[in-house]
Amino acid sequence: MNASGKTLLTQRVKVSRGEIHIIEERCKQCRLCIELCPREVLQESEKVNEKGYHLPEVVEEPEKEKICVSCGICEVACPEYAIWVREKKEMHQGRGIYGKNSSNR
Amino acid sequence: MSHKMTRGKKPLLPQELHPMDQWLRSERMPHIWCAGCGIGPTLYAWVRALDTVGIDKDKVVYVSGIGCCGRGSGYLDVDGFHTTHGRAIPFATGIKLVKPDLCVNVISGDGDIFSIGGNHFIHACRRNVDLLVICTNNFIYGMTGGQLAATTPIGDYSTTTPYGNIEPPFNTPYLADASGAVYVARWTSIHVRLLEKSIAEALRMKGFRYIEVLSPCPVNYGRRNRLREVDDIAKWFWQSSVIRHGADTREVQIEKGKPIILGNFVKREKLSYYGELKKLEEKVKRAAEAKK
Ligand SMILES: Cc1ncc(C[n+]2csc(CCOP(=O)(O)OP(=O)(O)O)c2C)c(N)n1
Ligand code: SF4
Ligand code: SF4
Ligand code: SF4
Repeated sequence: MNASGKTLLTQRVKVSRGEIHIIEERCKQCRLCIELCPREVLQESEKVNEKGYHLPEVVEEPEKEKICVSCGICEVACPEYAIWVREKKEMHQGRGIYGKNSSNR
Repeated sequence: MSHKMTRGKKPLLPQELHPMDQWLRSERMPHIWCAGCGIGPTLYAWVRALDTVGIDKDKVVYVSGIGCCGRGSGYLDVDGFHTTHGRAIPFATGIKLVKPDLCVNVISGDGDIFSIGGNHFIHACRRNVDLLVICTNNFIYGMTGGQLAATTPIGDYSTTTPYGNIEPPFNTPYLADASGAVYVARWTSIHVRLLEKSIAEALRMKGFRYIEVLSPCPVNYGRRNRLREVDDIAKWFWQSSVIRHGADTREVQIEKGKPIILGNFVKREKLSYYGELKKLEEKVKRAAEAKK
């Protein structure tokens, strides 16, 4: 699923970092946020909400570039208005993910 | 209860809400839509476009018909009208003619707009009523359990076509174009960024504007058509779509196994219904005065 989202630019650019928030009781475990995240930052967790749905969680692995870059894809794709991203103040040096396709979503 | 998901898992401050919450009747959340349904992202894209264009929330009207998508007008904190089945466009036309300064939007399902409401759609296009119509096309009647729609692709299964559909579906952008809409586009609820841009472009225009949004219904469409998970439908939309702005709408029919053409197809200028109505009013007034 992520193939098209992984188009990496070669030059190094400044990338902002994101902080992921969730309203737990809204999530219905559709996994769209997990599947569409171009950085593979999210994964399904063991944690369940009151309806028994498994919530997503953040797995940041900087060495594999699995860092939330605050692109907002998870937020705009979530059918439940459950997950959203806040941009962190500090920026970090990294490779841009803003390839042709990733910004299309 | 909100929760911040970092490795430290610190709880969020209670006043922290999803950006969509300022447009939602939050007390009605979670909504009834199934996991993975495309209606939610479509509404969020519309709301962000309204924000981008800077339309005053008090001037926004959201009219919907019956169906899963029809429920949307009850969830958003804007003036809304949940009308009878297929009749969203006539209600919206009435609102626009009486209160021309309002930004009137119809967001409803394909069954609502193209089956029972098909005639209203073509005539509103023909008259060029000043409305933005967004149709969430999930290829099926979702709310009533998955019956054949006028948009179901040939060969697909539904509760009423257990051996596969033999009826050619409507090519809805072509229908809108041929009937006279001034703006016609097609996106999917997975291409949310481009959808948002297209909605913003349409909001800046006047006249009858139509955007078809292909929308996953994993429960009532996907399950019967080997697209059980929303991810399967997302993959289909993502991998087989081709963006072709300005494409000839005659060539954008959706067929299984063929590319899905997306894009902003039509943008044209035409005399508006309201403008012509005002001119007629003046003419009638002058005629009445001449008789005195
Ligand atoms: C006059 C009338 N006829 C039939 C129905 C039954 N009905 C309710 S929703 C619906 C179809 C909805 O399909 P669609 O517009 O595609 O919306 P979806 O649920 O897929 O979002 C039908 C036939 C009705 N409510 N009223
Ligand atoms: S904001 Fe972008 S990078 Fe961060 S988790 Fe969401 S989809 Fe992944
Ligand atoms: S997209 Fe939303 S509802 Fe689906 S798994 Fe992610 S947080 Fe939950
Ligand atoms: S039945 Fe289909 S259209 Fe209706 S809420 Fe469920 S997924 Fe959405």
